Amino acid sequence: MIQMIVTILLAGLFTENFVLSKFLGICPFIGVSKKLNTAVGMGVAVTFVMILATLVTYPIYTKLLLPAGLDYLQTIVFILVIAALVQLVEIILKRYIKPLYQALGIYLPLITTNCAVLGVTILNFTNDYNLYTNGYLYAIINSLAGGVGFLMAMCIFAGVRGHLETCDIPKGLQGLPITLISAAIVSMSFLGFGGLAEGIFGA
Amino acid sequence: MITSIVIPMIIVSGIGVLSGVILSVASIVLATPVNELQEAVREALPGANCGACGYAGCDGYAAALAEGDVPLTKCIPGGADLKDQLAEILGVQAGDFRPMGAFVKCGGDCDSEKIKLEYVGCETCHAANQMFAGPGACTYGCIGFGDCAAVCEYDAINVVNNVAVVDHDKCVGCSKCIAKCPKNIIELAPIHTVSAVACSNSDKGARVREVCSAGCIGCMKCQKACPEEAITVVNFLAVVDYDKCNGCGLCAENCPVSCISVMK
Repeated sequence: MIQMIVTILLAGLFTENFVLSKFLGICPFIGVSKKLNTAVGMGVAVTFVMILATLVTYPIYTKLLLPAGLDYLQTIVFILVIAALVQLVEIILKRYIKPLYQALGIYLPLITTNCAVLGVTILNFTNDYNLYTNGYLYAIINSLAGGVGFLMAMCIFAGVRGHLETCDIPKGLQGLPITLISAAIVSMSFLGFGGLAEGIFGA
Repeated sequence: MITSIVIPMIIVSGIGVLSGVILSVASIVLATPVNELQEAVREALPGANCGACGYAGCDGYAAALAEGDVPLTKCIPGGADLKDQLAEILGVQAGDFRPMGAFVKCGGDCDSEKIKLEYVGCETCHAANQMFAGPGACTYGCIGFGDCAAVCEYDAINVVNNVAVVDHDKCVGCSKCIAKCPKNIIELAPIHTVSAVACSNSDKGARVREVCSAGCIGCMKCQKACPEEAITVVNFLAVVDYDKCNGCGLCAENCPVSCISVMK
């Protein structure tokens, strides 16, 4: 079980990083990675929502959709549930945990329909975690790893973009083009982690 | 056959209705107490979210106003009418609104400023500035290609005799020209009420005289003449504290190079 958890963590962080290898959540990755503090804010908010979404969608899928043979409805049901959940969390945070609400700020409603959040909830079942006895735990670990991996990618890329600011970039590449090229190079560097978990456990 | 359509419909709409009900109940039960004062203030503000007040948009300024102890006059787009409205809502004295406008801190026109090089090229200040800091002998002063005039949406800036001049009847204080000027010599100042120094050269007096006859030489006469202690010479350049200046014009009368004037 420990081995499984570590494998999931390593996969989420390095080998199957949501942004850099699955290409989910590219819009916030490009959009809010200009400065480190906004990148961290977005990353934390995404991690938070990913875990919450998994907490809620996992029982809905295994207890409601799967027994009724309606697993093909997962996408639309998950979007519905995640959107409602984020709204609810926002109301609760605004009332009771004002500092956290202000810290997450605009990012919380922004990620209501983030593809990375929907992606993690669906990948939990594509990875067949529900077939294990500890499936719920694995799913939560997976969403945690996915969120932290997203946060890490955002922070790394914020640093890269900080360097880009001072570079003399050819006019045709200024702005978005050079950002996408550097994103591609960062994602290529993560290819080097391929086979990390398998190598550690010899599996 | 029909059940395979109806059951999913019931389940999905059931989840939708359930979340809708939970959200509605939560928004009523857990509603954050709204500050009515803040709401009223927010309604009155123009909603431009320009940030000129120094707060994070109109919402931020409204929150600060409702808390109190904030000047009512920080909203530049709102103008003088707004402060009266705000004063009525908040039930306090408004204080004087000082209409702000852009001011070009340079008076070195063709007659007074010497020419360092004959610039032939792309006719923007930004481009000219990269060629030995522009054609004028003074490295601080206005280049005169009118980047500020081009960016102004209100047609309030004209380049007259190689120096940008702001028409304060048209200027609304949007600050776009301030961001555009490569020399950073445009500032926001209270118009019609204060003295302003039309020079940005912080070299010593003799060096200023070499390049421009309209530049501030740092002689301190204005500083001595000012009854309000509103004008000080810093780095051989007179600087007006607009909060203290009462616009009496004594500094302008005493200036030997006539680079100070009461704004009109």
